[in-house]
Amino acid sequence: MRDETADDENWGQQFDRLPETSEDRVVEGRPSRQEVVEWWEERFGLDPETFEHYTFWEKGAGKIWAFPAEMVDPIQVEGLGMRILRTRQRHWKPSTNAVQRFCRDATKNIIELGPGEAKAFVAGHDQQLDWWEGDWGYLVAAHELAGEREPLGVGLYLHGELRSTVPKGRQEDLKKLD
Amino acid sequence: MNPLQRYAPLVDDEEAFLEACERPLPSVVRVNTIKTTVERAREALDDEGVAYEQTDWHPGILKLEDSTAGTNWPYFHGWLHGQEEVSALPAIALDPQPGERVWDTCAAPGSKTTQIAAMMNDEGVLVGNDNNLGRLSALRHNAERLGVTNLVVTNQDARNFSMKPFGEQTPEKPGAFEQFDRVLVDAPCSCEGTCRKNPDVLDEWTMNHVQSVAGIQKGILRRAVQVTKPGGSVVYSTCTFAPEENEAVLDFVLEREDCELVEWDVPDAFETSPGVTEWEDDEYDPSVTKARRVYPHQNDTGGFFTAKLEVQS
Repeated sequence: MRDETADDENWGQQFDRLPETSEDRVVEGRPSRQEVVEWWEERFGLDPETFEHYTFWEKGAGKIWAFPAEMVDPIQVEGLGMRILRTRQRHWKPSTNAVQRFCRDATKNIIELGPGEAKAFVAGHDQQLDWWEGDWGYLVAAHELAGEREPLGVGLYLHGELRSTVPKGRQEDLKKLD
Repeated sequence: MNPLQRYAPLVDDEEAFLEACERPLPSVVRVNTIKTTVERAREALDDEGVAYEQTDWHPGILKLEDSTAGTNWPYFHGWLHGQEEVSALPAIALDPQPGERVWDTCAAPGSKTTQIAAMMNDEGVLVGNDNNLGRLSALRHNAERLGVTNLVVTNQDARNFSMKPFGEQTPEKPGAFEQFDRVLVDAPCSCEGTCRKNPDVLDEWTMNHVQSVAGIQKGILRRAVQVTKPGGSVVYSTCTFAPEENEAVLDFVLEREDCELVEWDVPDAFETSPGVTEWEDDEYDPSVTKARRVYPHQNDTGGFFTAKLEVQS
């Protein structure tokens, strides 16, 4: 039986703070704070200062949460900040909520959708978008709202198709904006 | 019996009170300043052709003329949250500041919690607790959609809320704390104040429920005072008119815990009445007049009760 009190295992019932760097790592496979911040910078061009005041936590294998203050480590609570990233898999997957919250200032891998495309994306539809010439993989899908670019969520672009990853509970059938 | 008749003697205009309770409430949204500004939210509603009216007491609270909150672009982006107008009062009374530690004892589904987070500029520590695990998922969903990151979600009985998870017994750990700067007790109650939204509450009303829920309210408010720093604030709110669940609860806690009632800044142009010091055969501490009652006919809202306590050293 697994020892749930052991320091060197990832335990699904509590939040464990990420180590600062990979050199501080005790739990195998757990990403470091530095790796998480660098991932957002490399993938979407986010300034590392975006997360300057944030602590990062893992609950359950690979689910990374961000919280804007210090907190005792480990901690057994139901939620700690926002789920921002799924790690421990080949391609890390950002969450819809994190992209909406933090990627207004993103500078790369942003696919700007027209009114009809944005409507389809938010309804959860996958769509053929051959005009995209950027990277494949997880993109920030965005559109224009109230005169500025606003992130909608996470799209997965593969073979000319943009898949919407908007969770079922967030999907909406909205008006096409003119 | 219709419980509203029971409270008619408390109001200045009985007829207007009973009439207002019959009218349905408009759909109201609060602009979520964690994700946008009031100006941009209004622009987005204008662009989409959604008609709204700004309330005259709060620029970020908009009455939608003819639409439900969940079906427009700014809502999808978490710029708006459907929240009854009068329920914005407790957070205003609480007056939370960025960087503080705040506890919301009965948080789900999170309208007031997320309003507090926005007032804190999403900085500091906001603990949102609820004893109902099912309702916690609604709290989490709302908080994440609104972009709140400073929320810690807990599932405890607020009456004996344990500070142990936060490091009460390990004060040497970074981030450990054992008291809050401010606490909101938005207590479970008989809810007649919501009859304009949900008329069933009037049919389900019983005196037995008033008495049993009052016991819970007293327990939660006592615990709230106990875990608040000297000089810190506790706000007690309900959506009932019952003095047994309002002034009587304050009176009970004033006698047993080291705290006192203080005035709070009611927004200009919002009409309220003082708490009552006598009800049936009971008399309450004279300071309960500092609490504010809101009747539906005063501002064309739901009914509400909000009191602010300061914790003594």
